[in-house]
Amino acid sequence: MVQKTHIDLAIIGAGPAGLAAAVEAKRLGLKDLVVFDRDEKPGGILRQCIHAGFGLEKFREELTGPEYAHRYLKLAEAEGVDFALDTTVLEMDQNRVLTVVSAQAGLRQYECGSIILAMGCRERPRGAIGIPGTRPAGIFTAGQAQRLINIEGYVPGRTVVVLGSGDIGLIMARRLTLEGAQVKAVAEILPYPSGLVRNVVQCLHDFDIPLLLGHTVAEVHGDRRVEGVTLVRVDDRWNPVQGTEQRMDCDTLLLSVGLIPENELSRSAGVAMDSRTGGAYVNDFFETSLPGVFSCGNVLHVNDLVDNVSSEGESAAHGAYLRVKGRMPDRMSMVPIEADETIGQIVPHRVSGQNDTTLHIRVKRPMKKVTLRVGDGFEKKLPYARPSEMIWVTVPKAVFRAASGPVMVRCEGR
Amino acid sequence: MKEVKNLICITCPKGCEAAVWTEEGEVKLKGKICKKGKSYLEQEFREPRRTLTTTVITRDSRLKRFPVRTSGPIPKNDLFRAMEVLSSVEVRPPVKASDVIVRDLLRTGVDVIACDDLLD
Repeated sequence: MVQKTHIDLAIIGAGPAGLAAAVEAKRLGLKDLVVFDRDEKPGGILRQCIHAGFGLEKFREELTGPEYAHRYLKLAEAEGVDFALDTTVLEMDQNRVLTVVSAQAGLRQYECGSIILAMGCRERPRGAIGIPGTRPAGIFTAGQAQRLINIEGYVPGRTVVVLGSGDIGLIMARRLTLEGAQVKAVAEILPYPSGLVRNVVQCLHDFDIPLLLGHTVAEVHGDRRVEGVTLVRVDDRWNPVQGTEQRMDCDTLLLSVGLIPENELSRSAGVAMDSRTGGAYVNDFFETSLPGVFSCGNVLHVNDLVDNVSSEGESAAHGAYLRVKGRMPDRMSMVPIEADETIGQIVPHRVSGQNDTTLHIRVKRPMKKVTLRVGDGFEKKLPYARPSEMIWVTVPKAVFRAASGPVMVRCEGR
Repeated sequence: MKEVKNLICITCPKGCEAAVWTEEGEVKLKGKICKKGKSYLEQEFREPRRTLTTTVITRDSRLKRFPVRTSGPIPKNDLFRAMEVLSSVEVRPPVKASDVIVRDLLRTGVDVIACDDLLD
């Protein structure tokens, strides 16, 4: 017979979203909560993100990933947060029963008043982008290489080509260079970099690493180990341009080709999903289509700043508090948010109009002199908008209250 | 012969570009740059500095590597020499976050500090 325990709140994932949610929930008075994580130590991806750039918003200083996690862990300790570490959540059902397993305690079940999903995201693997060529050793995703170097203590190669200019790829280009490897190039299929400007400057320009925009890997060479790649220029429809192939010798290919929210548990419980974000549909309290189940951080949509992930965790904790106290507004009275084709993705998807609400938006393509419109009553001017930078815009509640139907979000610019 | 550098400001995410050079010892800028960006670009032109973050070896711990950083920015030209120094540094528990691991790295006046606790 599997042991079954009742708790007020379960938080799945002890990364930045889960830690912030736990601290905030405790402060609101939700005492009976457990944070589950499959790793041996809380912190999530922050543990391997040893570079600086975290915490400017939350702590007003620039911290490394481990320092940011350490600060939150101290807060969690002070609030007496319970962790179930080395523990994997196997299943979540629609009645909010979790089945978990660990080597120490075996199989257990928890009946939860509320659940906050904070599982983060995974890297898009090579198979998902289909590179032609052989299948030798020496192909890693950027985050996998980051874990090997920063946690396990192995440098995975000597001569490296990076495909994709996402932030992790850029940061790994610098990290590998500092560890003595030669990074020959970063190839990006888009005509503009995917990562932040700061990372392009401090990770590539600083070390004279070429950034080849509008390029991709046409072929991987090597039998047992990667011996090189063929790079090729692409046209505006991503088709290879014949005659632009160049071979680059290397023993390692890193892939930094995007992140995907990790929602297996959410799907198995029947949480409704947004195909644009890859995460759940949520209201302005971060509640999903399943009452009492909340989603925040990178499992909801891929963020670019950890401080924002923590803020979402706090908001989700507030939502869970309202649900446990029976004060969550009726979802049918909430206004749907819709977006036109200028918007790549948007969260939340439904708004109660009880509070001023922050919309989290990614535009589809880079634009300048931008006017962002929400419904008929609100607009905001921005000097520029880029897909790589999530826009946070706080909209007064009156805009949602005045709406008789869905509120449309759109972006105009050059 | 004046040396002109084309630099990108990273003070905020906007990423403004400027041409930077010196004239009679004074740093000159061409480009639309805010006040905060100007002082960053002047420093960047005269002596670029970076905060170094890396890991060191652990002993007597389950964890294999331990994250550290410089307590402030060091000259960019010293980054590889700093990595060389840190490649032979080892830490043993107990260490507390912010503890000094290497004092006055390469005589820069900057210390190398712990980014986490190491308690086993």
